[in-house]
Amino acid sequence: MAGKRGWPWVLERECGGVKELEYPFDSDYILKYARKIRRRLLEGNEGFLRKRIAVLGGSTTHDIIRMLELFLLNQGILPEFYESEYGQYFQDAMFGNDKLASFAPDIVFIHTCSRNVAVWPGPGDGRDAVDALLEGQYGQFVSMWDKLSDTYHCPVIQNNFEYPSYRLLGNQDASDFHGRIRFLTRLNERFYQYAESHDNFYINDINYISSVYGLDKWADPFYWHMYKYCMCMNAVPEFAYNLSNIIKAVFGKNKKALVLDLDNTLWGGVVGDDGAENLEIGQETSMGQVYAEFQNYLKAQKDIGVMLNVNSKNEEENAMAGLRHPEGVLKPEDFIVIKANWEPKSRNMAEIAGELNLLPESLVFVDDNPAEREIVRAQFPGAAVPEIGRPEEYIRVLDRSGFFEVTRLSEDDRKRNDMYKANLMREKQQADFADYGEYLESLQMKGTIKPFEPMYMARIAQLTNKSNQFNLTTKRYSQSEIEQTAASGDYITLYGKLEDKFGDNGVVSVVIGRIEKSAGKEAAEKKGAALHIELWIMSCRVLKRDMEYAMMDCLVEKCREAGISVMRGYYYPTAKNNMVRDFFALQGFTKTEEDGHGNTVWQYEIPEVYEKKNRYIRIS
Amino acid sequence: MTREEVYGTLNEVFRDVFDDASIEVEDSTTSEDIEDWDSLEHINLIAAVEQEFGMKFSMGQVVTMKNVGEMVDIILSQIAD
Repeated sequence: MAGKRGWPWVLERECGGVKELEYPFDSDYILKYARKIRRRLLEGNEGFLRKRIAVLGGSTTHDIIRMLELFLLNQGILPEFYESEYGQYFQDAMFGNDKLASFAPDIVFIHTCSRNVAVWPGPGDGRDAVDALLEGQYGQFVSMWDKLSDTYHCPVIQNNFEYPSYRLLGNQDASDFHGRIRFLTRLNERFYQYAESHDNFYINDINYISSVYGLDKWADPFYWHMYKYCMCMNAVPEFAYNLSNIIKAVFGKNKKALVLDLDNTLWGGVVGDDGAENLEIGQETSMGQVYAEFQNYLKAQKDIGVMLNVNSKNEEENAMAGLRHPEGVLKPEDFIVIKANWEPKSRNMAEIAGELNLLPESLVFVDDNPAEREIVRAQFPGAAVPEIGRPEEYIRVLDRSGFFEVTRLSEDDRKRNDMYKANLMREKQQADFADYGEYLESLQMKGTIKPFEPMYMARIAQLTNKSNQFNLTTKRYSQSEIEQTAASGDYITLYGKLEDKFGDNGVVSVVIGRIEKSAGKEAAEKKGAALHIELWIMSCRVLKRDMEYAMMDCLVEKCREAGISVMRGYYYPTAKNNMVRDFFALQGFTKTEEDGHGNTVWQYEIPEVYEKKNRYIRIS
Repeated sequence: MTREEVYGTLNEVFRDVFDDASIEVEDSTTSEDIEDWDSLEHINLIAAVEQEFGMKFSMGQVVTMKNVGEMVDIILSQIAD
C-alpha cells in the first residue's frame, strides 16, 4: 500500500468482496453457484461482524435466507439465522417460542407479501366497512411490531406490499376504495406512518423492487402454487440484495464518500483536449442532458451527506475550468478533496482516504474507464468500484447499488460535507502555526460532555456502529440498547460534542462504564466501587484535539460523584483499532492483564488530587 | 441435442448447484442418491436446469417427475429442434 498515509490501518478483509455479488449482478449465476461463492467468501476471511437475524416468514424463506447470507457476507457481516416454521410469522412474533427467545435476535425481518393479506374489500362493502377492514389488518401488524420491539429491543424490518398480479376492477382498481390496488396502497401508507414515528423500524420496499423487476415475472404463480414462494426464484437475489442494504446500513456498513472521475464521467469529452467550452454538459445536446442529470443526482447525494471528491487525470487548471462550466450543476466548492494530476488513481485514492480520515472501504470510485477501475480495484482494495455502464445508466447503477442506503436522515448527515470542509481548513491553518498548542488555542474549541440525552440517542447508536479505529472494545449497540443503558442506574454514560471556530462537529465521542458496587471485604475496608469501561469511542476527525482528555477528565469527575475509586479499561484488538492499543497508558492507566490474543486490561486508581488533562477545550 | 449431450450438460448443473465435482447422474438417480438434494434445494435445482436448457417445466411435470431419467425425457421433449 505505497503512498498511503494517515492512520495505522490494516484492511479487515484483504481480498474484499466477490465481484459476482456487486450490482448489476447475474441472478441465475448467483443462484446456481451459491455454494461455491459462499465457500470463497468464508475462505481466509476474518473479522466479520457477527449478527443474529430472525426471519419470520409468511411464505417460503429458504432461498431468501440463502441469498441474503451471501450478500451480507460480501458486506463483511457473518449472519446466523433463525427461520420461522412455514407461515408462522404472526405466531412467532406474538407468542414467541423458546428457540426464538434463546436466539436473541439482533434484527427481526418480517417477510410478508400481498398473498398474506387475509381479507379483501368486497364489492358490496361500504366505505366504513373497508376502513374498518384496513385498520383491522394494520392493527394486527402494529401489535406484532410493538410486541417484537418490547421483547427483543432490536430493529425490525418489514416488507411493504407489492401489487397483486391482477386487477379485478381494471384501472379503477387503483382509485376505487373497493380495489385491491387501492387497499394495498392505503395499507402501505399506514406502514409508512408507523415507520416515521418509530426509530428502530424499517420498510423493505418490495413494492418498488417488484415493479422494477417486472410484476408479471415477479409474481409467477408457478412459484406460489408449487413452493409457496411469493416471488419467482430469479427475483430472489434482487430481493435479498435490497434487504441486505438495509441490514448493512443499520449495522454501520454504509459507504461515506464518492470519488469521481471527470472526463466522460461528469461530462462528455476530454477537457484538456477539447477545452471547457466544448464539453457536453447542460441542455444543448442529448448527451449534455444525460451528464447534467447525473450531476444533479450527485448534488442531491451531497445534500444527504455523501462526500464528493474528484480523482482525475488532468492538469488541475483544466479540471477546475471544467467544473466551472456555466451549464454544470456541480461546482468546485461542492467537493471536499479534488485530485487532478497524473499520479496513478490508486495513489490518489489513498491520499483522499487519508485526508478524509476514512478507510478504503468507505469510498466508492466512479470512472467510465474500465482500465482505471481495474487499477483501483487491484491497488486499493476495499473501495467499491461499480461497473458503471454507459452514461445513461450511471444513475441507476449507483442508486440500486445502495452504497449510501439511508436509515434515518439526521442533521449530522446533512451537515457532514460542511464539517469535513471545516476540517480541511483546520489542517491548512495548522500548517501556518509553528506550535501545535498555539494552533489548538486558535481553534477556540467549546465542548459539551454530559450523560446520554434523548435527542442524541440515534447519533450515539450510530457512532457505536460506525467507529472502528478509535474504538477500544468494538462493542456495538442498537438504539434501544443505548436507551436502556442510559436509563439504568448501573452505568455511567457520557457523550461529547465539540465545536470550534470553523464549525460544529456534533457528537464525536461516547463512553459507557458499568458500575460494580463494592461488596464484602472491599466494602468493609471502605474501598469504593469500580467502573468497567465497556465502550470508549471517538470520531477520528477530532483526533489530537484534546477531546480524549476532556472525556477522561469528565469521567473521573463522574466517578468521584458516584463514589467510584477505581476504573478498569479494556482493549480488544481488531484489524482496525491498533491506533488505540496504548490509549489507556496515555491516560495514566496501568496494564494488569494481557492474554495471547493481545487483549489487555488496565487499571486506574483515581488519585486524591487529579490534575485535568484537557488544556484547550472549554467544557460546559 | 442427444440424450448423451443432455446428460453431459445436466451433470454439470448438478455439480455446480451442489458444489460437488464427484456427482454423476443417470436415469435412476433420485434425491436419495445426493446428500444435499432435499425438497428445498430441489426448487433451486429445477430453476438452474430450466435456465441452462432455456426451457420451463410445467407444474404437472415437476409434481410427477420421479427420477433424473424422467427429467431428461422432459428436457428432450422441450428442446427438440
